[in-house]
Amino acid sequence: MGGYIAKRVGQAILVIWLAYTAVFLAVQALPNDPVTIFLSTDAAADPATIAQMKAYYGYDQPLILQYLSQLAGLLRGDFGYSLSAGAEVTSRIGDVIGSTLVLAGSAFVVAVVLAVALVAAASLARGARLRKALLNLPPLFISIPVFWLGLVLLQVLAVQLGVMSLFPDGSFLSLAVPILVLAIHLSAPIAQVLLKSVQEVNAQPFVDVLRAKGAGESWIFFRHTLKNAAPAALSIAGITIGTLLAGSVITETVFARAGLGQLVLQAVTVQDIPLVQGLVLLTAAAFTLVNLLVDLIHPQLDPRIINANAGPPRALAA
Amino acid sequence: MTAKNTSTHPVVRIEDLSVRYAAGTLAADGLDLEIPAGQIVAIVGESGSGKSTLTKALIGLLPRDAQLSGSIRFGGTEVTGLDVHAWREIRGAGIGLVPQDPGASLDPVKTIGSQLIEVFRLHPQRSVPKKHWQSKAVDLLASVGIDRPEQRMKQYPHELSGGLKQRVLIAIAFALNPQLLIADEPTSALDVTVQRTVLEVFVSLARKKGTTVLFVTHDLAVATDIADRVLVMNSGRILEDRSVRSLVTESTDPYTKALLAQASAGHERQPVTGEREVAISVAGLTKDFGKGTDTHRAVNEVSFEVARGTTFSLVGESGSGKSTTAKILMGLLEPSAGAASVNGKEVTGIRGKGRYELWRQAQLVYQNPDSALDPRQPVASIIAEPMVNYRLGDANWRKARVGELMSQVNLSPELAAKRSPELSGGQRQRVAIARALAAGAKILVLDEALSALDVLTQEQILALLKRLQEEQQLTYLFISHDLHVVERISHRVGVMRRGELVETGTVDEVFSTPSHEYTRTLLAANPGQVLRELTDAASA
Repeated sequence: MGGYIAKRVGQAILVIWLAYTAVFLAVQALPNDPVTIFLSTDAAADPATIAQMKAYYGYDQPLILQYLSQLAGLLRGDFGYSLSAGAEVTSRIGDVIGSTLVLAGSAFVVAVVLAVALVAAASLARGARLRKALLNLPPLFISIPVFWLGLVLLQVLAVQLGVMSLFPDGSFLSLAVPILVLAIHLSAPIAQVLLKSVQEVNAQPFVDVLRAKGAGESWIFFRHTLKNAAPAALSIAGITIGTLLAGSVITETVFARAGLGQLVLQAVTVQDIPLVQGLVLLTAAAFTLVNLLVDLIHPQLDPRIINANAGPPRALAA
Repeated sequence: MTAKNTSTHPVVRIEDLSVRYAAGTLAADGLDLEIPAGQIVAIVGESGSGKSTLTKALIGLLPRDAQLSGSIRFGGTEVTGLDVHAWREIRGAGIGLVPQDPGASLDPVKTIGSQLIEVFRLHPQRSVPKKHWQSKAVDLLASVGIDRPEQRMKQYPHELSGGLKQRVLIAIAFALNPQLLIADEPTSALDVTVQRTVLEVFVSLARKKGTTVLFVTHDLAVATDIADRVLVMNSGRILEDRSVRSLVTESTDPYTKALLAQASAGHERQPVTGEREVAISVAGLTKDFGKGTDTHRAVNEVSFEVARGTTFSLVGESGSGKSTTAKILMGLLEPSAGAASVNGKEVTGIRGKGRYELWRQAQLVYQNPDSALDPRQPVASIIAEPMVNYRLGDANWRKARVGELMSQVNLSPELAAKRSPELSGGQRQRVAIARALAAGAKILVLDEALSALDVLTQEQILALLKRLQEEQQLTYLFISHDLHVVERISHRVGVMRRGELVETGTVDEVFSTPSHEYTRTLLAANPGQVLRELTDAASA
């Protein structure tokens, strides 16, 4: 078990380092350095000012030095300076990340609950028609664009019914509606994979053995099938973190919420490369960490995973 | 043995039971059956005979769309109209099930202890008080002969061998002392020696507890070994219902007689005479898997020769190294040491062109014909494919050759356009054999090629293989765990155990005067003891 964890953590660190390197190289591939790009949005940029700023931010150093000093900064938690605000990248991200974490985290939890509830209902539904209707929900969920659902809900709830403010005001609805909009979209792939996995598990002989023991369908579903089917859904949940971040940007924009979404939008609009760089790295790190978590949870769900990775099983096969 | 006690109800009374599936097949056709308490009844039949339908009807697990008519009474209670809740009370507590495939019949992500205790949890009113569940479960594991039961409780199914898993499933089935136990081919996935011990445990528990058992099997030899009474089923009907002795000695039904003839047939091959060329030669063959401390020696210093036009069989249990040896011979695996040659050509270290040449002379026929054939290709193009690969002849020549091959393996010409899912198991295996012969191979490696087939189909393929061998001077390396089949097809036999070839000799030498201890164990475990005694007595 210890070896398994060490291996996965090591892999995660490697991935983040590679992501950083890729981002650094991508920035170098731009026709100009970040300062020149940033200042070029201003028509009357003075070459002397540009040179001065380049020297100040260290963009006149040789590439390898820039790479190493940025990497060293990164290890200390220093992401460099945001050009558009003259503040540290970490502080600009830190200001808004809490709001996004609340939105994304809650949406993720709601999405998982929604997906499991949907699959449970579809698996245990008695009527064939009801089951069919439930099975069609995930494809429907995934086809509804996040911004469209958000705008429709705003239109109905805030404009027509007036039960919700157009802007975040700390009320329950102003938080719950964006979470729901994001969760519905996010739950679709999880539900689809879980459903497929549940169907595969249900075709296995041990399910018939459970029936022969006298177990009812819901007993079988919640005590056996779900745990067997969970690893596949968990993997997909780890991958949806990308959808989650993209969805957050859209949701925050639609509901005028402060957060990473708006920050990304600003950074790209004013071409604040160090800030974009920091946000990309943050995304990569979030992605890696969530998937590391998924890898660490997997063996808890399926005892066979550890054995497959760590040489011979501790079998006492007689 | 079948004495009826009219004062109490029989455990099972089935009257005029018919089951029709949604697709329209009549899987059970007017069955009548009565089983008194404590009797062990075996149902023998091939796939599609209706034996599984009968057991599923008995435990209330027929598919929802199946139509059932007639009456099933369990201990005097009519069960055909019961609702799900009433059924849940009966299943596990009144009727237990020992399933077919121990490998897939336990939940892989739960410990065996929790799966055993689950039966008590599902039927708390029928169990001992909750605080004794744990110790009762340990006792149950001990009663089916599982060593260190307390540690085993915490193990997961993948940490147990197939035989142990089946013992756990037997413990689960016996947990609440059900009146009736349904065992559905419980040992067909196990090795012979394991099968033997598992059957012993199962039967002695049933006898001790006075449990009524319905034992479903395709193997008449197993049925006669353990049962009081045997039912022979075919096409949804019960053809015979007799005590074991009267079945063997008095049966008149042609289908039963065919089964009996198959099960008691001895070997009828003449020993090979004269000097023959060596077709396959293996010397000091060794194969290690893994590295460092995890090294596992799958094949250890194996040497044998196979003369042209004869059959050499490798017998042994799973993991004994039979298939690894075959794969090395086919150039699919590199040995760690030793030499292997086919038709005088060394096959170790060959690749690319060398393999291409080897596969023209030697071909492999696999165990499972379902997965060895492309389900989307018609039979004719499956058989023609090797000829296309080896660029033999033109399209017309190949077409004629496919027809010729199909008639050689007794496939009627109209099957040429069919795809493998439309064929029966036996027809599929014939297609696989025809394909193996298509490019002119004279050496066939048959890896458990009969094991997935029904008994009578096995018989036909066995006859086909013999005829092909005589007509075309084919050489077979026959790999099997089934001693009965090996005895009938082989000229010479090699017995493998844990990678070592412990004994080789002619069929007579190995089967009549085995020299190695392990061969004797294997032969003693071979089911059919009772059958052999009865047929010998009848013919004497």
